[in-house]
Amino acid sequence: MKWKISKHQPGRRRFMRLLGRAMVFAGAALFSVGLMGRRGLAAAIPALAGTNYDWTKHRWGFGVDATRCIGCLRCVEACKTENGVVRDAHHFRTWVERYVYLKGERKPQVDSQSDPGNIAASGSETEFRFDNRYQDAKIDKAFFVPKLCNQCEHPPCVQVCPVGATFRTPDGVVLIDHDYCIGCQYCVQACPYGVRLFNHAHGVTDKCTWCYHRITRGLQPACVEVCPTNARLFGDQNDPESVISKFIRENRTRVLKPEMGTSPNVFYIGLDKEVM
Amino acid sequence: MEALVHAAPYTGYVYPNETIIPWGILIVIYPYITGLVAGSFTVATFYHVFGVPRFKPVARFALLTSLAFMLIVPLPLLLHLGHPERALNVILTPHLTSAFAAFGFFAAFYVILVTLEIWFAFREDIVAMAQNQKGLLRRFYRALTLGSDEISETTRAYDAKWLKALAIIGIAGAHGLHGYVGFVFGSLKSREWWGSDLMPAIFLVSAIISGIAILILLYVVTSRFRKTVIDRDCMKGLAYLLWGFLIFAVVLEFLEFANIVYKGREGIETVMALIAGPIWFGVWVLQLGGSVAAFFILTYVIWRGTQDKQLIIGVTVSAVLVLVAVFAMRWNVVIGGQELSKTMQGLLSYTPPIFDREGISAVVIVFTLPFFVLWGLTRLLPPWLSHGRQAQGQIPSITS
Repeated sequence: MKWKISKHQPGRRRFMRLLGRAMVFAGAALFSVGLMGRRGLAAAIPALAGTNYDWTKHRWGFGVDATRCIGCLRCVEACKTENGVVRDAHHFRTWVERYVYLKGERKPQVDSQSDPGNIAASGSETEFRFDNRYQDAKIDKAFFVPKLCNQCEHPPCVQVCPVGATFRTPDGVVLIDHDYCIGCQYCVQACPYGVRLFNHAHGVTDKCTWCYHRITRGLQPACVEVCPTNARLFGDQNDPESVISKFIRENRTRVLKPEMGTSPNVFYIGLDKEVM
Repeated sequence: MEALVHAAPYTGYVYPNETIIPWGILIVIYPYITGLVAGSFTVATFYHVFGVPRFKPVARFALLTSLAFMLIVPLPLLLHLGHPERALNVILTPHLTSAFAAFGFFAAFYVILVTLEIWFAFREDIVAMAQNQKGLLRRFYRALTLGSDEISETTRAYDAKWLKALAIIGIAGAHGLHGYVGFVFGSLKSREWWGSDLMPAIFLVSAIISGIAILILLYVVTSRFRKTVIDRDCMKGLAYLLWGFLIFAVVLEFLEFANIVYKGREGIETVMALIAGPIWFGVWVLQLGGSVAAFFILTYVIWRGTQDKQLIIGVTVSAVLVLVAVFAMRWNVVIGGQELSKTMQGLLSYTPPIFDREGISAVVIVFTLPFFVLWGLTRLLPPWLSHGRQAQGQIPSITS
């Protein structure tokens, strides 16, 4: 079918053609400006400044032995201090959960250091303590579970970021470029583990980086460093003799929410079925 | 710091970071407005593409309504962003695996498309006004003619064909835009209440009913202000359209809910507690009650062949009920999804702040703006057909 176009309107046709061209050019120009604005990834990571760290040589891994955790919360304290996390009961890069099975009950009581009762016990949102609420209770079983970013192999948070401000490094850590994050919080929604938090003062998302600024300098993450019982372990999965490689080899480990298809890199032992 | 965050109270166990609800009432209004865009465009296509003549009186007004709402759609998103000044990065450096990355392109494409559609639909009026108006307005309309002021049988046929072609693309565009908004929520596996394959379809159909409803309401209200008669056939057509899509929407929503309950995956007790707790009023009274009441009123009106004043009252009341029900649906999805903890063992309860960048006051302003824009658009491009001109066939007719 042919469009019937009057011969008396060359002006409009020419205008439309010009408009079309102008739009194509404008689009191309905007797109190339955008590409230029996108910096090389390694350069975007302040944590790597001044190191000769080669991120293709490592594959970091984290282990949690829940049977060893005593719920002292020094890890939470160390993390807040090391990473400048907002000191209140609603922003955590890492936290600890307490599971208590009371006698005769089939489901556990669960709380974390954020629980109002525990805040009351510590006296402030800036200090962390588990209260003694179960002192006189009959308990079948109880344990603590430290939580942190799983640095997933297939991170849903990276998938949903509309500008690519969050990314997975070759050594297996999910980071955020705070100078590029637009603060939409889509990643906060997408994380099945609730480990992403929003920094309202800076308008950007934040998360656990396994202390990337430390591990790239040969140090341990702050939470691992301060753990008095070695409940938290950290190392290079590329090195078969590292603590994490041995931990995974010598134990039957599990990850959290495997059904999400995220392939987490935090390996747990000593979890019960109710741990979510 | 304290003023920046509003921690939500909770029961059961929730992850510590979850106590700050990420998406508030602004993200409720965002899919609501997008839905009105898609829905009002649907009505226009029933005339421009499917050639249903009874929608002629509102077809052009529907296009303006769609544009007016579309122009405001980015506003709630911008208000929500932590760094609105970086918003353009979504278009400049889109991360293509993100459902959000498509928003800028979808939105820009749709705005251009509906603007072109409006231009062709109003071209004859623009040419006429370029000749009749004086002073600045005359210049404005002359510029709007884009240098083409010829009106003849040939140009009419040409305009009509473009109008139809653009509207066909527009069907895909408008519905794609809203189906995509459903995908933004439905594609997240992290939230049980969102991650559903039916979500885009539910969003789409509820968008259509809300768009038809707002058009009914605006048509009735503006007709009263203009002191003109409401076209009975048009009103009946809108009632049929609303009725049909409403049945479709309620059935889809029921199927979605039935799926969740029947599958009964881990944490189903918490899902049931959610609809019995934080969002019970929104789900059972506003969403379900509103939809069912609108259904019965419309069924009565259509069944009994109600005429005149009763017809108008019946259909308008149904339209208002549908608008409330769809808003409740958006709330139940967006807020409800976040009130259900990712632990599946706890419930949060969100209360929107009143005076806040993301509070009720902001939403009221955001939702009032499209009506001002629409008012402005109808002043510049009067969409209503006078009976005289309609008879003379001065408006490009698609059906012939």
